[in-house]
This record gives sequence, structure tokens and C-alpha cells, in this order.
Amino acid sequence: MTETTRQQVVISGVGGQGVLFVTRLLAEAAIRKGLPVLTSETHGMAQRGGTVISHLKVGDFTSPLIRSGHADVLLALKAEGAAQHGHYLHDGGWALVNDRHGKEDTAGGCWQRLDADRLAQDSGNPRAVNLVVLGGALDQSAPLPLFCTLNDIQAVLAARLAAKPDLLEMSRKALAAGLQAVAP
Amino acid sequence: MRRLMLGNEAIARGLLENGCAMATSYPGTPASEILASLAAMRTAEQVDMHVQWAVNEKVAFEIAYAGAMSGLRTAVSMKQVGLNVASDPLMSAAYMGTKGGFVVISADDPGPHSSQTEQDSRMMAMMAKIPVLDPDSPQQAKAMVALAFDLSEAFEIPVMVRPTTRVCHARQDIALDALTPLGRQPVFERNPARWAATPKFRYHLHGELEDKLAKIAAYEATAPVQLNPHVTGPQAVVAAGVALAHTMEIMRGLGLWDTLPIYQVRQPYPLHTDFIARLEDAHASLLVIEETTGMIEMQLGDRHRVAGKQSGAVPRVGELAPEAIEDILCRFSGRSRTVARPPAVAGRRPTLCAGCPHRASFFAIKKAAPRAIYTSDIGCYTLGLNLGAVDTVLCMGAAISQAAGFYHAFKDQAKPRDVVATIGDSTFFHAGLPALVDAVAHRVKMVLVILDNRTTAMTGNQPTPESGWGACGEPLQAVNLEQLVRGCGVDFVRVADPYRTEALIKVLKEALAHSRETAAPAVVISRAPCLIDKQATLTKSTGAPPVVSDVCDGCGYCVQQFECPAIVMAEDESHVTIDSVLCSGCGVCAQVCPKHAIRGDA
Repeated sequence: MTETTRQQVVISGVGGQGVLFVTRLLAEAAIRKGLPVLTSETHGMAQRGGTVISHLKVGDFTSPLIRSGHADVLLALKAEGAAQHGHYLHDGGWALVNDRHGKEDTAGGCWQRLDADRLAQDSGNPRAVNLVVLGGALDQSAPLPLFCTLNDIQAVLAARLAAKPDLLEMSRKALAAGLQAVAP
Repeated sequence: MRRLMLGNEAIARGLLENGCAMATSYPGTPASEILASLAAMRTAEQVDMHVQWAVNEKVAFEIAYAGAMSGLRTAVSMKQVGLNVASDPLMSAAYMGTKGGFVVISADDPGPHSSQTEQDSRMMAMMAKIPVLDPDSPQQAKAMVALAFDLSEAFEIPVMVRPTTRVCHARQDIALDALTPLGRQPVFERNPARWAATPKFRYHLHGELEDKLAKIAAYEATAPVQLNPHVTGPQAVVAAGVALAHTMEIMRGLGLWDTLPIYQVRQPYPLHTDFIARLEDAHASLLVIEETTGMIEMQLGDRHRVAGKQSGAVPRVGELAPEAIEDILCRFSGRSRTVARPPAVAGRRPTLCAGCPHRASFFAIKKAAPRAIYTSDIGCYTLGLNLGAVDTVLCMGAAISQAAGFYHAFKDQAKPRDVVATIGDSTFFHAGLPALVDAVAHRVKMVLVILDNRTTAMTGNQPTPESGWGACGEPLQAVNLEQLVRGCGVDFVRVADPYRTEALIKVLKEALAHSRETAAPAVVISRAPCLIDKQATLTKSTGAPPVVSDVCDGCGYCVQQFECPAIVMAEDESHVTIDSVLCSGCGVCAQVCPKHAIRGDA
């Protein structure tokens, strides 16, 4: 990744799933790489179980919002996010969707699905669906690999959860489970 | 050093860096994190600063304003509808002016995402006749706090900073600046002609205010700037706020950056006089992009040359999303281009959390008074809408005064309808109290249910006057809600546990009967802590998730009447299941199920 890195990522889910946490981890990873970053988040009433979406723009941008048809990557923590937010992707973009129907491909090569609910449960933390999906998104063989790697995200997590070693370990497991499920 | 900061944190950092000595607020989206972050930063940096949540925005404004009258730098922050509540002192403070820098931060919510209205606080600044700054990003919001303090002290005038949701709730890598402690001591010089001015002196103050405004319209530090100074041409774009941030990016993408002059207005009111003249000389046609009202446009005052909200080129309603701005720019610059618009797909509606005490209260209210008019208020419990237990939501505190209004409207009917008002504890303190006093004085037959979860939940669990602690976690005097309600003159005041459904229904029925018989309001305080409040002092009612037995036939009563997100209907609608991840184990659904198919004692 260089100074010309420009990447637009949409992360969606419902209130309480940790969409903002994933957005923050990615944004902090960008700062650690010396890249400018802008995000836009949903707060307030929608956080009470409603649809939550965040926009993450890494590189030389001025607007915090991603236009329809301009996102490189969509991470959907709920299966319904594919239909609701798929329009953000440009033609060469790709999506990773949490869907209990697993890897079954329904909308072309750039749509990957993984059963993050089950993977989170198996990893010992059913609330870590967000990190399972993030782990899957860090697969460097993706059509447009994310600007950061598993190591970058783990470094951010290690700094944030320095005082909570148990939580850090659980988070690492969830990331690894997601990556393993998606990687070829 | 660059740090990832929410727009609201950047504003707080700006206050900290520029010697703010007092900051007050009442929580409201999208402004809430300003004071919360400031409280955390103040503690972390060990800065001597008074940081407080006030009972409402008017009180917050007046506290911070007195600090500024004493020569200190102070700030008050709120959401746009909060500024309505503080508008009385705002209009008057504009005349009297200030000694120390006084910054009024009013966060707007075009969309709206979390508000009753899309009102433009800049119009309130114009009405009050104070300058307003319009930041385009978290970084600029921080810079504008510094600018606002300087401007305020240069002209002894309150200055508004107006961020919008997309600035408040954007995160950006922010360059931090050093903290500059001012070390000022408060000084209050008696000057009745100013600080206690009678109408005769107000006339003079109004004249002085106009003189200040004329000078501020020539103040260099806040003057508009051309962002691409190498470009000239007959057409130009004038923009402000986050709409400008969208516009810049889109212009670069469309290849307009090197052909179309673009100006940023940093101070939309008063618009700089030279700038208005310069635009007139340099350009034959202008496109103005701003949120939410066309107020820059209004001051340009040339509707034949200006494309904007008046001409219909820019929508007057809703947020100016980047897709809309792309479309507007293409039309203005004569490009034919189809802009991809996001499809209108309905997302999930928000709902009360699983195990929320409000849901249990609403269920009991519907049982106790099924045909009542349900007036309600602003907070999480507005979501009682989903349960059919909320008929009206107007503004903070209106549940009680509207209940009185419905009583007066229907009282002479043969069968007057019962009225049950619901209001949260924080909203009751904010604006419900005067309405309750009014209801007592006018013998209003109504039941008021105060949903007392001991926190301001919707905005992120800020303390209320009942909490007994403040914005920085410091101990405060806890106000006793029951005593307060009795002190208003209410005879019937009962505290109930919302999770004990039958008992709550019984108390509500007694309250209704008492109200009818004595011609007076009756108050039920339904008290249980917010389940997501990490600092809750009341004991949370949690347990093991209940078990659904074979008796369940999928009738759907619990799903429709109770609407708990932890109760999930099976795909074939034959039965419900409990989502053990979401379920708090409150056990109310076991009391709700008409067939006793849900057992809470598992």
C-alpha cells in the first residue's frame, strides 16, 4: 500500500452487532499505516436494533460518505445487508456477507458468504460475529484486498485490549476463524 | 501526532485546547458526545474546568453564559431542537454580549436521522443576530472552535458553531495542538445598563449589535475562500459545511476542479459584504450548496443569477447526500449524466432492547387502559410506537401538557377518554415539571407514568438529576423523584416494578380510578434500570432465558403485543423460540403469553 491508496468500504449490520467497532479497528489500522482516514457512523435511535451502516474511506478523500456505485468492499454482518447495501459496490467491488447458508454463491464471483453466526459460536463468543466477518475480509486473495492485513488489525486490537487479555484472545480466535473460513 | 477522533471529540478537543473554563450541555443526538468526551479529556489531562450536564438546554446556556459574563471562556452544546429550548436566553444574550469568549454549539440533523425536525440552527443565529460558523469536517470543527473564541472576544458577542450529523459522527485522523491554559480569574463588573438592561437600554444594545455585525461581515479570519484560486469562469459554486466536503470530492471526480471556481463560506451569517460584491463582479451564475435552509442564498439576494433552494436546483427537504450533489453539479455544469441513486430499501426499524423495562411498562399500560389516548415523549420509549402504546410525540415534556389538552378537549363528552402519559425520568426533569404543576392546578384527570430508568438512555446513558453523580463521575446531590412529584401537589404517587406485570396493571388501574374520582392527576413511577447502562446503580433484573413448551402453537400474541427481539417466530409459524444471546431473562414474556407456554422459572 502506498500514498496513492484509496479504498472505500461499507460496513453494515444492526444495532448492537459492533459495526462501529469494526469500523474503528480499520480506521485505526489506516492511521498506523500513515494513511488519511474518514468514516461516517450511525448513532442515536437507529442503534436500538435498527439498521446500522458505516462508511470508511482510506486515502485522499474529503467527504465522509460513500456514493452508490463507488464502494470497493461491502461487509454485511446480516444477510439482509446484501440486498440493502449491495448498490454501494462498483462493478469491480466485492462483498462478504454473513449468511447461514454458508459459502453458497448467489450473485456472481464477487459475493462471498460465510456463516459468521456459527463460526462465532464455535469460537466461544457468539457476540463476535463482527470480528469473524472482519477476519474473513482480511483475506489477501480477495478480488481487491483490503488496505490492511490480519497483522495490522491484531496490532490495533492488542493496543486497545491491552488490559483485557481474555477478550483479546477471544477476539483473535474470532478473526482467525473468519479468515480460515474464507481463505482458499 | 494524529489521532482518530469523532467530530464531537474534535470539538471537545478544540474547547480544551483553547482555554475553555466552563462547558455545559443537555444530551441530544448528534451533539451528545461533545460534553461526554470533554469530561473524559478534562480528567485525563487534569485540566481545571467545570463540565456539567444541565437539566435542560436553557439552564445549560444560562450557566455557561454567566461564566462568559465573568470574563472566562465558556461553551454550551446541544442539538438543534435543544436550541429551541435555549432560544430565550440566546436572543437576549446577543444584545448584552459577552466578556470572555462564549461559544454556542448547536448540532443540526439534516435527514433527519434522530430528530423531530430538520431545522437550520444558522437561521436561529441570524434571528438572534450572532455570527455562525459552519464546519465541513471534524478537523475544521476543531479549528472553528478556536476561531469562534477569538471572534467572540474580538466583538464581545456570542458565536455559534453549527456542525451537522455528518461532521459530529464522522471520524477523522486529527492533528492535535497544544493546550493553552489562560489562567484567567473570573471578574464581574456591575453594569446594570448592560447586564440588567431595561427596554430603553435594549434599544441601544440593539444598535450596538448591528454595528458589531457590520464589522463581523468584514472580519478577515472567517472570510470565504476560493478553494481553487487558479480557476476563473462565468459560473461558480458557493458551498458550506459537509455539503462542501461532498462537493469538492465530486468536482475532482467529474474533472470540474480545474474549470469551475468553488468558494467555501465558513461564516454563513453574517455573509461577508466584500464577498457578495466580488461574486457579483466575477460571475454570471452561481450554484449555492448548503444545509438545510438557503440562507447564504438569501443573503446573496439575486435570484436571477443564483441556482439553489429558491430556484429549485437544490432540494429544500432532506440531507444533501453526495449522489444528490453529483446530480446538481452535473446539471449546473451542463453535463448529461445519470447518477446512480441508492434504491429505497426499507431497513430494520429500531426497537426497544430485549428485556427493556419500558416494553414491560407499555404492555401493562395497554392492559390497564386499552382505550386511552397515549401521549408520550422524546427518548427510547418513543419506540413504544411499535407496541401501539404511543399515540403522540411532539417535543420534550409535551406528553404531560398534551395529556392535559386532550383531557380539556374531551371532558364535556358523555364518555370522556382516559389519558395516559408516558415520559422518561430525564425528560420529566427537562421539561415535564412545569406541565405537571399546570395539570395539578387545573385538576386534570390523567395518569402520568414516569418511566424511571435512572439515566438518559437514548443518547448514551448520561446521568439525570436523580443519579447523584455528574459528567466527570463526581458525586452530586441526588434529587428524589417521589418527593418532587408530591411537591408538585400530586396525592397519588406510587412506585412500581415494571417486570411484575400483574402488580403494575393493578397499580395503573388504581391510579386511573383515583384520577377519575378526585379530579386530579395520578402518577405511577415505573422504576427499573436501563439494561445497557454500564453505570446503573439500581439492580438489574436478569436471569436465565425462559423455556418455550410444546403448548406454544405459534399464535403470535407475544410477537405482536410484546415485540421483544429475543422472541423469534419459527419460519413455519408453528411456535416461537427464545434467542438466548439477546434474551436478558427478565421473564416478562412468561407473564405475557396467554397460553402459559413460556416458563420463566427455567
